[in-house]
Amino acid sequence: MAAAPSAREVHIKIKRYQPEKSDKPFWQEYRVRAEGNDRLLDVLNRIKWEQDGSLTFRRSCAHGVCGSDAMRVNGRNRLACKLLMQDLGSRISVEPMLGFPIIRDLVVDMDPFFSKYEKVKPYLINDEPEPRTERLQSPEEHARFDETTKCILCGACTGSCPSVWANPDWVGPASIVNAHRFIFDSRDRAAADRMAILSDRNGVWRCRTIFNCSEACPRGIHVTDAIEEVKRAIMYGSREVE
Amino acid sequence: MNYHKFDVVIVGSGGAGLMSAMQLAHNASIAVVSKLYPTRSHTGAAQGGVAAALGNLEEDHWQWHMFDTVKGGDYLSDQDAAEVLCREAIDAVYELEHWGLPFNRTADGKIDQRRFGGHTRNLGEGPVRRSCYAADRTGHMILQTMFQQSVKNQVTFFNEYMMLDLLMNDGQAVGIVALCLRDGTLHTFHAKAVVLATGGYGRAWRITSNALACTGDGMAVAYRRGIPLEDMEMYQFHPTGLYKVGILLSEAARGEGAYLLNSEGERFCIRYAPTLQELAPRDMVSRFIYQEIAEGRGINGQDYVYLSVAHLGKEKIDEKLPDITDFARNYLGVEPYYEPVPIQPTAHYAMGGVPTTIDGQVIMDENNTPIPGLYAAGEVAAVSVHGANRLGTNSLVDLIVFGRRAGKHIASKWLPEADFAPLPADHEAFAAEQVERLLSNTKGETQEAIRKELRDEMMDKVGVVRDEQRLTGMLNKVKELKERYSTIRLMDRSRAFNTELMEVIELGNLIECAEATTAGALARKESRGAHYRTDYPKRDDANFLQHTLAYRTDRAGEPELRYKPVVLGTFEPKERKY
Repeated sequence: MAAAPSAREVHIKIKRYQPEKSDKPFWQEYRVRAEGNDRLLDVLNRIKWEQDGSLTFRRSCAHGVCGSDAMRVNGRNRLACKLLMQDLGSRISVEPMLGFPIIRDLVVDMDPFFSKYEKVKPYLINDEPEPRTERLQSPEEHARFDETTKCILCGACTGSCPSVWANPDWVGPASIVNAHRFIFDSRDRAAADRMAILSDRNGVWRCRTIFNCSEACPRGIHVTDAIEEVKRAIMYGSREVE
Repeated sequence: MNYHKFDVVIVGSGGAGLMSAMQLAHNASIAVVSKLYPTRSHTGAAQGGVAAALGNLEEDHWQWHMFDTVKGGDYLSDQDAAEVLCREAIDAVYELEHWGLPFNRTADGKIDQRRFGGHTRNLGEGPVRRSCYAADRTGHMILQTMFQQSVKNQVTFFNEYMMLDLLMNDGQAVGIVALCLRDGTLHTFHAKAVVLATGGYGRAWRITSNALACTGDGMAVAYRRGIPLEDMEMYQFHPTGLYKVGILLSEAARGEGAYLLNSEGERFCIRYAPTLQELAPRDMVSRFIYQEIAEGRGINGQDYVYLSVAHLGKEKIDEKLPDITDFARNYLGVEPYYEPVPIQPTAHYAMGGVPTTIDGQVIMDENNTPIPGLYAAGEVAAVSVHGANRLGTNSLVDLIVFGRRAGKHIASKWLPEADFAPLPADHEAFAAEQVERLLSNTKGETQEAIRKELRDEMMDKVGVVRDEQRLTGMLNKVKELKERYSTIRLMDRSRAFNTELMEVIELGNLIECAEATTAGALARKESRGAHYRTDYPKRDDANFLQHTLAYRTDRAGEPELRYKPVVLGTFEPKERKY
């Protein structure tokens, strides 16, 4: 196990928005001691608990599986609970994700994000009679969509996408990832529906393959590749195309 | 006043809450009220699997699963409940599969199954492959699948609304009061039935696998309204938490063949449990680790041992255990392909909670008297299937089986005869007083020291090993913390999205849970399952083969304790050997 580097002082500059005090966002710098193996989330908690209770952010599981604490750290979307201080330098900037309405400080409004997610019918559709036991699926068929099942709906990909910034109505990468998860599931029967939804003007074609989304995904999903697979399936009219 | 009226209000959006919602979506008007967005719920952190005797790879029977559950629970499980759990697990797992849950598969396309701690073939002969899984993110897939079904069924959600009070009228549950985080307003939800599905309270301990949101809200709110908490002293420490951080490294690792090693490189579990070895139940493995460390065989003389997966090979690690090996890389800088991972026991799961019948109805006394209109399911509830120690993978089974039963009971038995009973007078008064007091206190201390002392002391005094002196010390601490909490002061006086207010309310809830836990542990003068006392090291069936019911009183640190018999049955209590 790597030895923990000793504590040092870090400067964290946070973009704040306190609607009950002012209409204008402002930057505030906090100084705090941090160990190298502290998570950024630990440090934000310490600021909140020891210095400034008004600092506002979401958090829950604190190990990268719930998706609450996506934020823009040194210019990139990250989960604060998956970042170690030793990887961040001594001057750190933290902002809310771009492309989302801001509620307070680092808390953004996720409702539009979930509304777009719902548009792609993100649930298994299969009206055939259910067997008494499980529906069969081979390990190969399962592997076809396994990666996109990892999505935790944190919004890091969508909030990193210039096409989303330019057009907030665009369905965005996270929704397409979740469409992919069902389009390529051998048990699903509504791939054509989803592909029709995603071929309209706010569908997959607004993706300009910038790859920010893949870089931002804390779950290691190759988001742009998944979007490309959906594009190809639409183009060839079938999910069978490789 | 913000008033909402629904047939059923479900509090909590994890596996149990959403499973209840699925039963009711077409039969009633329902609202799911959650302090998180649903997909943030802690069900999503469960890793290893969900047990069901499908027998896809080798012979298995629900009766064997039941035996393991009861024995694993050190015979404090109610056997009628354990039977329901294990019998209905099979259908519930198929139902999840039909909803699209992406289980790992066998070569012939069936749900794959693997070994897990305490799950055996033919009443203890050896490990059995019973855990159905989706890599090491089974909980994530359950939560996502149920959320997907909720979207499909157009369930109404109130996200980021925190329950502050349960409304009772003439002994019947009639709704809740919740704080809307976004603008700080109070909302009354008037209902014919309330389902508590708010999860556990691991945040009462310093080292825990639990999310920051796991603060016992449902337990505390019920406890304040005179509803007892059952068997709170039965709190599970999972043996393999990431050292210092507490993040869970699933038992699936050991199910796939990982070892535990002490400073001498010895697989010490073999000495304590020759048959199941590393796959003995969690309470035991946590005590083995404690014992190794106490006898100086922690790594480098410190308070941790090693979990080794390196011998499984890269391919198996990447296919079966990708997430947990990433945790070791991310948080400890350890590469599990080559290096052993430092681990220590971590506060993980409440076997106890709000007492219920096998249909999820909350009961209020030792005679199992149901409270009309009030239900609970999941970790917040004590049915009690897990008894004194839960087996791995049985928590996800509990969610789906009893979440479903609660929903079905409401739909078929309660709603047809129930009406909206009137709200009590001044129904928002208690919640409003709580919020206004917190926002106006100017004299007391802020939350940090109280939180830290609570968690440190619970770790030291109500952990893997307990005794009278430690428990008495903790009860005194609870009294002191309650006193200090009564004047606690916020730095943030805003209304909109005041997460400091939320955290302080959560802290108050944790203190209530700690009180019931500690009082129950002090009075239980025996060792059983997760409750191990050095001053009473033997199980005592003559005096303690019974459930604790803790009722809150006005005297801090002094709940009233009553006892309720265990439902016995097929399996006679015996000494546990693995």
